[in-house]
Amino acid sequence: MSDVVNPPNPRTGARPGARIMAVTSGKGGVGKTFVAANLAAALARSGERVLVLDADLGLANLDVVLNLAARVTLHDVFTGRADLEAALQPAPGGFTVLLAGSGLVEYSRMTPEVRDKLLGVMRQVRPRFDHVLLDTGAGISDVVLFTVSLADEVLIVATPEPTSLTDAYATIKVLAATQVSRPMRLLVNQVQRAGEGRAVCAQLQAVVDRFVNPTLPEPVKLALLGEVPQDGAVREAVQRRQLLLESLPGCPAAIAVAAAAAKLLPP
Amino acid sequence: MHAPLPVDHAPSIKPPATAAALCLDTALALLRQAGQAPPQAEPGTSAYLQTLIDQLVDLSSRDALTGLANRRNFELALAREVDRVARSGESALLLMVDIDFFKRVNDQYGHAAGDLVIRAVGQALTESVRPMDLVARIGGEEFAVLLPNCPAAFGPQVAARVRQSVARTSVALPPAGAPLSVTVSVGGAFAPQWVRSTPGIWMQRADVQLYRAKGEGRDRVCLEHSDAPEVSAQEREMLLGSAPIQDAV
Repeated sequence: MSDVVNPPNPRTGARPGARIMAVTSGKGGVGKTFVAANLAAALARSGERVLVLDADLGLANLDVVLNLAARVTLHDVFTGRADLEAALQPAPGGFTVLLAGSGLVEYSRMTPEVRDKLLGVMRQVRPRFDHVLLDTGAGISDVVLFTVSLADEVLIVATPEPTSLTDAYATIKVLAATQVSRPMRLLVNQVQRAGEGRAVCAQLQAVVDRFVNPTLPEPVKLALLGEVPQDGAVREAVQRRQLLLESLPGCPAAIAVAAAAAKLLPP
Repeated sequence: MHAPLPVDHAPSIKPPATAAALCLDTALALLRQAGQAPPQAEPGTSAYLQTLIDQLVDLSSRDALTGLANRRNFELALAREVDRVARSGESALLLMVDIDFFKRVNDQYGHAAGDLVIRAVGQALTESVRPMDLVARIGGEEFAVLLPNCPAAFGPQVAARVRQSVARTSVALPPAGAPLSVTVSVGGAFAPQWVRSTPGIWMQRADVQLYRAKGEGRDRVCLEHSDAPEVSAQEREMLLGSAPIQDAV
């Protein structure tokens, strides 16, 4: 599906425009939007042009995290009330956001119409940025699956907590079974001790190797993008509705997010 | 007869100075008719008015014939559940239940008998589900059952139990007529996990399944196919190893 958005150059195979990364999780409440927003801020700080698209069409809350008033939203673009230009708005971290607007209940089920509209939006934004982060809804609804299908790679955000792990695994399994193979990265949030992210990643990979990969033509290989320690500063920033990287850039969680973002920079 | 339905108390409002002059006759008559005692507190005090309001709220949330939640109450609960499912991801099941050939009961035995049947079905439904589940009468012979935190794997069993509970019930018709049995058709749909749906869409999906159950011959259950990914016990065990399993499902 991503080929429709971003046709590779037939001669070089290179893709023009932004690299699109879907940020997803199984379970809600693992810090997916927090991760997307702060990764974007870290990338922007390195001079990259970054767009975060709030693709949680049913339950959008990027505006809440960033303390933005959703003036013109994706909903307005979809309904023709505004053009895309007006909906692209600057966010505090030096990146751009495209907000879904809360209460877009009519988009909580994927229809061919919504599909076409999202595809259209992606085609238009792609050439103008270096990175597009799609902050998807939680879980594995058809909207999430479609959003992920627009991306070049997937970032799964999980915590070491059993429910989150199980849901992350279920997400990996469904994506592997229903979509073309693409790079899958893992970011483990709220780790209690250093190295826990690596352990979680290895554990997930072992189960994937045992139960999922034997059924696939191309095996899933999870790459650990990083681990973010449990840090009281995160809660503080979220409550103040500020970006962690702006308000408390020196705290352990902010440093960890910045390190993860550095791995996304072009070599 | 029934436990009171939960009432959210907003921060207390001062009683108006004219409380004593309020016209409460109709309200009190309604409560009397419903078999409820008038408020115990001193008439005109805020405690008296609060009790009265609570009683009226309770009355307007119930179906008069069965004492079950009425449609208004049900829609409120459904909207709350949609919100909860969208964030928690806990799956919830909505069952639409319709008495089969109910018109025949009315035509053959009269409306009084029809009322008895409706009450008995309501009773059977209530007994077949957990206390946390909501059973409502949402139309003439149509009921709805809302089951929060009901995993997809349990759906068929739960719905079958609901159907069987009604089928086992027999209604004694006065005077000493032969006991009457009825069956129900049941249609069910799970709330789209993690997705902010609407009560309307959810009810519609359950209704589609109810029509299917009717069309396939009645006295049966049809559930919407759920394509939630299955994580087997084996996979889960390998994944979580010796970690404490916090979710009991």
